[in-house]
Amino acid sequence: MKGFILSFRSEFYKSRKTLGFWAAILLPLFICTLGFYVKAEKMAGTPPMMLWLQFAGAILGVMGSLLLPMFIIFIAYSVNSIEHKADTWKSLFSLPISRWAVYGAKYSYAVFLVLITLTLFVLFTISYGNLLSVVKPELRFDNYHMEKELAQVYFKLFLSSLGILSIQFLLSLLWADFLKPMGIGFVCTITGVILASKNWEYCYLFPYSHPMVAISTLLHRGEDQPKGIQIDVFTKDVFVSMAVGAVIFIAGYFIVLRKSVK
Amino acid sequence: MVISTDGLSFNFGDQQVVKSLALQVPEGSIYGFLGPNGAGKTTTIKLLLNLLKVQSGSIHIFEQDIQQNRNGILSQIGSLIEQPAIYQHLTGKENLLNRALLLQVPLKRVDEMLALVQLTSAANKKAGQYSLGMKQRLGIALALLADPKLLILDEPTNGLDPNGIIEVRELLIKLVGEYKKTVFISSHLLGEVERMATHVGIINHGELLFQGSIGELQALSQPLVCIETDNTVDAANLLTRNGITVTDVNDNYLYVPYLSKQKTADINALLTGNGHAIFSIGKQQKDLERLFLDITQNA
Repeated sequence: MKGFILSFRSEFYKSRKTLGFWAAILLPLFICTLGFYVKAEKMAGTPPMMLWLQFAGAILGVMGSLLLPMFIIFIAYSVNSIEHKADTWKSLFSLPISRWAVYGAKYSYAVFLVLITLTLFVLFTISYGNLLSVVKPELRFDNYHMEKELAQVYFKLFLSSLGILSIQFLLSLLWADFLKPMGIGFVCTITGVILASKNWEYCYLFPYSHPMVAISTLLHRGEDQPKGIQIDVFTKDVFVSMAVGAVIFIAGYFIVLRKSVK
Repeated sequence: MVISTDGLSFNFGDQQVVKSLALQVPEGSIYGFLGPNGAGKTTTIKLLLNLLKVQSGSIHIFEQDIQQNRNGILSQIGSLIEQPAIYQHLTGKENLLNRALLLQVPLKRVDEMLALVQLTSAANKKAGQYSLGMKQRLGIALALLADPKLLILDEPTNGLDPNGIIEVRELLIKLVGEYKKTVFISSHLLGEVERMATHVGIINHGELLFQGSIGELQALSQPLVCIETDNTVDAANLLTRNGITVTDVNDNYLYVPYLSKQKTADINALLTGNGHAIFSIGKQQKDLERLFLDITQNA
């Protein structure tokens, strides 16, 4: 356990000056700021609940469909590329720290970055919504609250991203160059989006569809029940995503062990 | 013995790269692990560091089995494999601080190590901007950070200029002399290791061809008497007529097996007595470099 904590802290220390780490903070800031400027113009006179749904929905729509999978591909790559670039795998694995701890800490750090990003999305969406009600009093953001629902939605997105994260993490671990994991990830993401938007009945089995599935079930629900929002976090696609995440994470460890450390 | 392996073998697929190796590295030695490129040196080192799993045979380091006591053993080893593993986007000092964090070493060690490898003035420069020699020294500082008893260095002077090579050599001699470390150093150049090593292992095609002290290696070669004279061919004929074997003759020198001081004096007297001008005469060990080539090529 101590080795794990030390490795995790070292992951932070190493990455704190890299784009991978800052992207986790800047991406939500950028998207939410964009939402703030673009959406705010056209929303006067909309009821408070719809205001929130439109505002948060716009950001969610951009995130869930394409951006989140691409972001995960990038994070999984950046966490591993630090070691590929510096040729430090061999020195990491010859430390007096168990290999499980080193591998687990690296994976957890990638999960942590995704979690940070999605948490910041919740925080920025809420802050900008409330900021809007102050800056533009005609927008009655303050008359409705959906902090809990937003947190649930993003938590669901987080869980749905675990499958992709594990797969991309493993691909980035095995291949030093960006193009292979990126290319595979991109093709799978596009496939996932198409499958999910066509409502293919088995797309809950395909990890790259999960964020899109999570978002689209939510939006439908929003339209059906305009009086209130019920968010079902633990749907079968979420369970599949978590299961795929766990299995690939464990399998990845054994694949890494078998592969000779360069 | 700090390192002892027994019947250590390793295959990459069908290809056997290490063949039942029996290394014996005594405490306090500088062990030069020599062999041409592709002889199996790096694979052996990766086995010693548990980066590759032992397929057959055993490795004992500090009298403990590496398989059973991995973390305990690794905490007493500092290593540098091929290129130094350095995060280019961090400064030299940050690289050391990161490792200190992982190994739970007091932070003041970082400054001591920077001073030891003479990188104090470049400590806050990005490691990516370091010269090759500086990177190599930073790599050695990283290896030394936890004050390990055993240093395993894979070609630490690769790509260094003569100054850099001398610096590394002096640092290692100092470490063994003053700090009582054991150093296991691999190289494909005997000349580089011969000036500091106390023990030598020579490997080729995965097989250990020679192992012993530097003295034992030298004893393998027959000492010769090297004679510089004006007419080497006539001199050689004269010696042969007098029942003395001549090993080699070239334009300037002729070589005769060394037997004793008195015999050398007799040869000298014989030659000068017959009108040969002797410019120099002396005992000579066979060049270790040539010996190394003989050992690796005859295998």
